[in-house]
Amino acid sequence: MSAATQPVQELPAATLSDRIKMYMVAGRQAIIEQLQYRLANMMFMVHILIEPVIYLVVWTTVSEAQGGSVGGYTTAQFAGYYIIWTLVRQFNLSMGPHSFHWRIKEGRLAAELLRPVHPLQVDIGYYLGYKIPQVIYWLPMGILLWLLFRPEVNPELWQILVFPVALMLAFFVRFLFMWVLGLVCFWTERVDAIFELYFVLELLFSGRLVPLSVMPAWAQTVANFMPFQWTFYFPIEVLLGRVDPQALGWGLLAQLAWITGGYLFIMLVWKQAIKHFTAVGS
Amino acid sequence: MLRGFQLFGLFSRISILNEMQYRANFFIQVFQSALTLTTGLIVMNVVFSYTQTLGGWTHAELLAIYGVFFLMSGLVGALIFPNIWAFMEDVREGRLDFILTKPEDAQVLISVRQLALWRLVDVIIGVVVLAIALTQIGQQSSWLQALAFGAALLMGAVILYSIILIASTAAFWSVRVWEMMEMIGSIFQAGRWPVGIYPDWLRLGLTYLIPVAFAVTVPAEALTGRLTPQTLLFTFFFTVFLAFISRKIWFYGLKNYTGASA
Repeated sequence: MSAATQPVQELPAATLSDRIKMYMVAGRQAIIEQLQYRLANMMFMVHILIEPVIYLVVWTTVSEAQGGSVGGYTTAQFAGYYIIWTLVRQFNLSMGPHSFHWRIKEGRLAAELLRPVHPLQVDIGYYLGYKIPQVIYWLPMGILLWLLFRPEVNPELWQILVFPVALMLAFFVRFLFMWVLGLVCFWTERVDAIFELYFVLELLFSGRLVPLSVMPAWAQTVANFMPFQWTFYFPIEVLLGRVDPQALGWGLLAQLAWITGGYLFIMLVWKQAIKHFTAVGS
Repeated sequence: MLRGFQLFGLFSRISILNEMQYRANFFIQVFQSALTLTTGLIVMNVVFSYTQTLGGWTHAELLAIYGVFFLMSGLVGALIFPNIWAFMEDVREGRLDFILTKPEDAQVLISVRQLALWRLVDVIIGVVVLAIALTQIGQQSSWLQALAFGAALLMGAVILYSIILIASTAAFWSVRVWEMMEMIGSIFQAGRWPVGIYPDWLRLGLTYLIPVAFAVTVPAEALTGRLTPQTLLFTFFFTVFLAFISRKIWFYGLKNYTGASA
């Protein structure tokens, strides 16, 4: 194939069971891939864990200097926050824009476009499957952190039950917005600076760095206009037992709203992006 | 040793000529560095809005650590990482064979080939941050302190180089070393805070396993008048030891390398 200038056809009306079967296949592929590289995965886990451990140590130090609590969090609650953080992080891991860049640069996308399913759908299946080995790799680390930092986590039963839902929705919010970011690669090769800006915004306004309520007031206001807090802060707070039923309902609605917005936006931009795309090779 | 510097000069000139073709990258680098700097300063401000000192370091002193951290990551990013990446790619692609046939020390060759010129922006920013921090601290640094700082910085760079080289020799056995480099990169991030705040098990790791402590905290200690001669001496022995070990491991890896090209 030399050039795919044809816009991709709309999805043929796939039945729900087709769709689920496709997710299963993509998911299984992810699981098999991940289980191959056990050592590499452990290193990746350390790479992911070191970040919250640094934050946790910093805030533990501050909190202890201030007599045991800072900004409404006790030392043990900080520990709980960052340990749940690690689980949420495993779950909201999504396809980085760099992979998207690679996929276009290497000509992979050309082949993917020929499939009768939208690449977005395949990615969803893949990343859902990816969660299973990731959570398995996470478990020993989570237990270790729990023993080392002795967190205080006391959710009610209903909060525990809603947590998986919030977690799943958090994944979708982050996944879709990373995908939106990936679409930038259709227009420009020099994307690193844009990606970096995105990650800085996420760091500051998602609760990834520090619980949002500890951030200065201006940051909290800004965060309300961005999708980021629904990918870290909200699910963490749910399991930490700090979200009341009303806030929980609004939170889930906000997650759904951002997911819908992100999805519609992707569909809209995708049509433009694909017109822009000229494939070489494969 | 002298040959090594000559080679470094030669390769640097080529790298600089090459990088000069892409001047827009300079502005992108400035943008990214400014972004990183701003984020770091915001984080520090949030922390110090709740406390006066962190593990015995004041805001200005922590700024000094951050300056050293910036400087050091600029050095590593400009001089060490590009070379190590190129080396690992060479092993994967089978190009290393061509380097081994050259009549120069292979370790020197793979270590001096690349210079990511624009990353040196971080070195400049680091120096500026450090200067501002030192004025804020308001304490006159003596010549002795400045000298100790320079020595500590140099030794820190050698220590980091040795550790990264040791890690990269894993490329001789396994082709997937990307995760390892990512891991080292993120552990290095721990260095933007004084290692004294970390719990014992982590502090030991950050001192001897991935020696962020020597690379960032020790030079910063030199400037803020906390460095004891004992620590400096120990740093020296540790540097020599690591440089020696990394060379041994490099040779051991080379012996295991079977070549991959035609």
